[in-house]
Amino acid sequence: MTLTEAVAPSRVADVSAVLSLRDASLHYGERHLWEHLDLELAPGEFLAVLGPNGAGKTSLLRVVLGLTALTAGHVEIGGLPVSRGNRLVGYVPQHHALSSASGLRPRDLVRLGVDGHRWGPGRTPGARARVDELLAAVGATSYADAPLGLLSGGEQQRVRIAQALATDPRLLLCDEPLLSLDIAHQQGVVALLDARRREHGTAVVMVTHEINPILPVVDRVLFVAPHGVRLGTPGEILTSAVLTELYRTPVEVVRTSSGIAILGLHTLPEH
Amino acid sequence: MVAAGADWSRVINFDDYGSLFELARNSLIAGIAVALVAGLLSPFVMTRDLPFAVHGISELSFAGAAGALLLGTSVVLGSIAGSLIAALLVGALGTRARDRNSLVGVLMPFGLGLGVLFLALYEGRAANKFGLLTGQIIAVEDTKMGALLCICGVVAAVMALIWRPLTFASVDPDVAVARGINVRALSIVFMLLLGLTIAAAIQIIGALLVLALLCTPAAAAMQVSASARNITLLSVTFSTVSMGGGILLALGSEVPISPYVTTLSFGIYAVCRVIGIQRTRQGWAARPQPATS
Repeated sequence: MTLTEAVAPSRVADVSAVLSLRDASLHYGERHLWEHLDLELAPGEFLAVLGPNGAGKTSLLRVVLGLTALTAGHVEIGGLPVSRGNRLVGYVPQHHALSSASGLRPRDLVRLGVDGHRWGPGRTPGARARVDELLAAVGATSYADAPLGLLSGGEQQRVRIAQALATDPRLLLCDEPLLSLDIAHQQGVVALLDARRREHGTAVVMVTHEINPILPVVDRVLFVAPHGVRLGTPGEILTSAVLTELYRTPVEVVRTSSGIAILGLHTLPEH
Repeated sequence: MVAAGADWSRVINFDDYGSLFELARNSLIAGIAVALVAGLLSPFVMTRDLPFAVHGISELSFAGAAGALLLGTSVVLGSIAGSLIAALLVGALGTRARDRNSLVGVLMPFGLGLGVLFLALYEGRAANKFGLLTGQIIAVEDTKMGALLCICGVVAAVMALIWRPLTFASVDPDVAVARGINVRALSIVFMLLLGLTIAAAIQIIGALLVLALLCTPAAAAMQVSASARNITLLSVTFSTVSMGGGILLALGSEVPISPYVTTLSFGIYAVCRVIGIQRTRQGWAARPQPATS
């Protein structure tokens, strides 16, 4: 995977926000997951969503997918209210080990992304070529016909990304795509997403626990914590002062040459 | 056929085969139609983890059929009623695998018990009684064949309509939901189709043996193929060969067709399993070279 030179955001003709949340709140009964969230995501922007389990990171993705309604506020994709099955949004789900007996090849999974929603027995013109194109774009051509369950985690993630790109989305939502991958595969997946957003202007929202693999490419960080939500650049958000405030417990952020370490969180029940 | 010790001519006997074949024509047509549809549904039964649910639905279908026998109404209709009620209950209440399994575990003995009660009260031919559980010996009358063909036609037509979204919802539910597919509605529709197919299959091979047509064929196919299309083709072939072969072998015997069908079905599975083990040992994943075209 070669990284292309960074392109200025201004190259993208449509400068309106891909995703916009205004004064958005989400409650489950008495539980207030997050409140008064404002977010404007530009085309090609790479946003990392961080925070402990149960704070509402995956719920945020569900809101953007139109599967969960906001308690208050507005959420729009490309200037229109969110809706289920919006073709402008691609989704890479949390990694589940796929059984080798699932009767699926990478080719089949990507094909579902292309025409899996269509009713009736008719053929979809051009679907095969489209699948080949998508597999090639993520570098999965060589294992396109192997049983999906026998692929490595990194290979499965590439196939998942190919599937999510089937509708040529303007926004890619990734739920923990780096989970249980080794460092080399993590870097490969991040490089793939980075290239996509630079070459096609696809905005990326990635829910993750691992900040270091994405630190070189991430534009902004949304930290969803038990005591509030904070949006900003990694330098603004990942500081001892901000995280201590968000967790209401002493947290220390240590920067080394190899990345960031967040200390003190192991004492929290969520971790 | 020389009989020594046990009278094997009662099990395999090809005397008067021509005339017997005429008698069995209806069974063969209905049996193959049921097997085609069952083979079509079988891969979904596997990917949606429904073998136990199939068994449970078939016991309630049996109860419905036995009830109809007692009341003197259509056994096929009774069977369909039992099937659909069970399929709806399992489909609506058992969305998660664990809930579903316990629900089926609760429904199954209840259905079987009801069926046993109805059969005990029934005073007609004994063959009718056991036929529902373990399969008919022969002879499907014309009206019944018509009903079975209708059921199979409806199931096949709806499957053709929902095939792609159902596949999406079955193998990749998270993304299917995100793409706007109504996974829950599809699940209910599939359970209803499954119920209809089970009701039809019971008329031929009996409530206890339905899994030989709805589970074994796809389980065998998945041992030897990783492609969704090939698994479906193999599954349909396996179920049809088991059913057709079973009926033809059973013709001259005094035994119901079920043991022939189940033995063929199991034999196919055993062979596929051995092939599958060898493939894994040689490296299933021996990756094909990058595509040349």
